[in-house]
Amino acid sequence: MDFTFMWETFRQLLTGVPLTLNLAFTSVAFGAVLAMMLALMRMSGIAVIEMIAKAYVFVFRGTPLLVQIFLIYYGLGQFRPTLQELGLWTFFREPYWCAILALTLNTGAYASEIIRGGLQSVPYPQVEAAKAAGMSGFLLFRRIVFPIAVRQALPAYGSEIILMVKATSLASIITMMEVTGLAAKMISQTFRAVEIFVVAGVIYLILNFAITRLIMALEWWLSPHLRRPPSIEPRIEAAHV
Amino acid sequence: MNLFKALTLALLGSTLAIGGASAQGKTVKIATEGAYAPWNFTGAGGKLEGFEIDLANDLCGRMKVQCEIVAQDWDGIIPALNAKKYDAIMAGMSITDDRKKVIDFAGPYANSPNGFLVAKNSPLAKMPGTGEAFNLGTQTAAAEKAIDAVKPLLKGKTIGVQGSTIHSNFADKYLKGTAEVREYKSTEAHDLDLSAGRIDAVLADATAIIGTLEKPEFKDYVLVGPSIVGGLLGSGVGVGMRKEDQELKKSFDTAIQAAIKDGTVKKLSLKWFQIDTTPLS
Repeated sequence: MDFTFMWETFRQLLTGVPLTLNLAFTSVAFGAVLAMMLALMRMSGIAVIEMIAKAYVFVFRGTPLLVQIFLIYYGLGQFRPTLQELGLWTFFREPYWCAILALTLNTGAYASEIIRGGLQSVPYPQVEAAKAAGMSGFLLFRRIVFPIAVRQALPAYGSEIILMVKATSLASIITMMEVTGLAAKMISQTFRAVEIFVVAGVIYLILNFAITRLIMALEWWLSPHLRRPPSIEPRIEAAHV
Repeated sequence: MNLFKALTLALLGSTLAIGGASAQGKTVKIATEGAYAPWNFTGAGGKLEGFEIDLANDLCGRMKVQCEIVAQDWDGIIPALNAKKYDAIMAGMSITDDRKKVIDFAGPYANSPNGFLVAKNSPLAKMPGTGEAFNLGTQTAAAEKAIDAVKPLLKGKTIGVQGSTIHSNFADKYLKGTAEVREYKSTEAHDLDLSAGRIDAVLADATAIIGTLEKPEFKDYVLVGPSIVGGLLGSGVGVGMRKEDQELKKSFDTAIQAAIKDGTVKKLSLKWFQIDTTPLS
């Protein structure tokens, strides 16, 4: 192991971190909206809408992300005239937006199940109590159901965000030069696969470490009722006298 | 403790014996990419075909060894050779100084220039220097002048190259800052994106471009630009092998020389490329 080389590699790979984070967070943000819609569709109680959401989750959770990226990027590339007529080609022309779309559709499917689990775990007595207090509709959802559901879903959702950070490495196959793409390019120039991939792995670890800490902080902030109450320090100095 | 030692030694001995036997070159495992038509590609039946597959079989016959040809992704092809996953590479790999630092080459068995693949109706189709040939190694000034002449036309365009190739090195050195360069995993991938209109031109080996032009969906495309060889584009295509395998290198070199001399290389080259890519010796 050549540490000066690895340090140099680390510095070069860092230039790919903004794109990695950009892809991960943009798609998680769009994906969260999609997931919320899908979860509400699943729980709507209307058979047709439920079926649509179920089918969507089945397809996007059941196929590899790599295949989805290929289909969206190279597959839709074959239908350029149709897409141009629809005015969608400016979107699909760019590898960045194709990557965002694939990642969003994918995380939407996974996260919708996480959100559904959170919403369904809200204890019914609490909803009933809220109703008895005169809350209903959006107010009930905003004040009671949503805060409890978010607390329940957050640990699983944190995993999903971490999975998305790692999933961005697949964007390198459609020419996006994020951390993995840069690593592959550096290997082709130096042929030192082990050192470069070790450094790339360390970068992902650092990113995901930061993300897990942020999510833990969010969990702590959202669950004041689980924290230990501040206790008064017993006076032990007196014993030494 | 003693038993353990004896066992370890016995195991070590047998491993060495097996390793030694394969180093004699009874079976030579050759890696190719399988996605670089017409050099090497996966045919309709799922079998590897192409110029290098035919040539490899011919060379193995001359060396009187059994050969096994395996497919390996391009961007890991050199690290996997040094990790002993196979013994040689025949994958349209140009002999360059950078690669020579980590592996050795037998040959060359082919030499072909690069070029741009563009749509016939694109402004790039009128690229200056088309039909002219330069050697970047020996006529550096003239070749660089020809490259500079092309630059104004490429300003603001997007060019696709295969990553980890002499073409991506060429693009990095001469075209970065002028055009946007996108790196693809295979030539098939950048061809698809050219036909989809995501990129304006492909920079690749002329033989690979000729192979692409044979496909019906590329009938409205054309090969343009100056033909450049040498310099950072390397000195022809050779068989890559580990530095310590000097025996294997020697037998490949002899076989390649024989195949060039009796016209086999020329015959195969005309069969697959329609042009003669036999290196000048």
